[in-house]
Amino acid sequence: MGITELLHPEAIVLQMEARNSTQVIEKLGGILNRLGFVKDGFVEATLAREASMPTGLPLGGDVNAAIPHVDIEYVRRPALALATLKKPVVFHNMVEPEEEVPVRLVIMLALDKPKSQIEMLQQVAGILQKPEIVSRLVSAATPEEVFSVLEELEAPA
Amino acid sequence: MSKEKVVLVACGTAIATSTVVAKAIEEACKEAGIPVRTRQCKAAEVPTLAKEADLIVTTTPVAQDLGVPVIQGLAFLTGIGKDQVLQQIIEELKKD
Repeated sequence: MGITELLHPEAIVLQMEARNSTQVIEKLGGILNRLGFVKDGFVEATLAREASMPTGLPLGGDVNAAIPHVDIEYVRRPALALATLKKPVVFHNMVEPEEEVPVRLVIMLALDKPKSQIEMLQQVAGILQKPEIVSRLVSAATPEEVFSVLEELEAPA
Repeated sequence: MSKEKVVLVACGTAIATSTVVAKAIEEACKEAGIPVRTRQCKAAEVPTLAKEADLIVTTTPVAQDLGVPVIQGLAFLTGIGKDQVLQQIIEELKKD
């Protein structure tokens, strides 16, 4: 399954005003929990993982991303949640945990069987590798715009 | 036919980034004609599994003194420096 099948429209939060990464994770995780995709404890576990093994990704452009996620035991059904930030919030670099990464695009992954979600994971990596797509996502005003950018990405070249 | 090489692919949870990285390595090695098997693991499992591997590719910090070469694989997610990293991996796997 691709991104557009796994991303629930209600799990898209655009131009979020958050003070820190915790607020973003609580918001997106809370939505996935309310929609029944993840179990109670998902948010706490994701926050704990983020603290010990961060998921911030410097993308080399104006906008950086983070991909918070956690062990499969907290996931009922695979899903994605996406937030764009009005002002960047600090995540820490996945590779250099000491380093702060100002992030404006957050894609939260709730995975149960990663091998079968490889297509979606590759698409997420595909997004991160295209600064133009990242910037269009970050400036999207409606969930419909987000979907149209993603559908373009999924369409066979 | 050279012996199949084992690449240990590590990330925080062994589910997301290592899946992407493992797939990319498998595809690149297939193209380069290098028989390879990938095994995904969590960063914490690396010290135990390192001895069974010819190469470790990781997206999270791991110890460097494992007796096995360690290559940073974040490029497979961000695309930054991906060609160089692929090159590095292939050269490492071509060694006996």
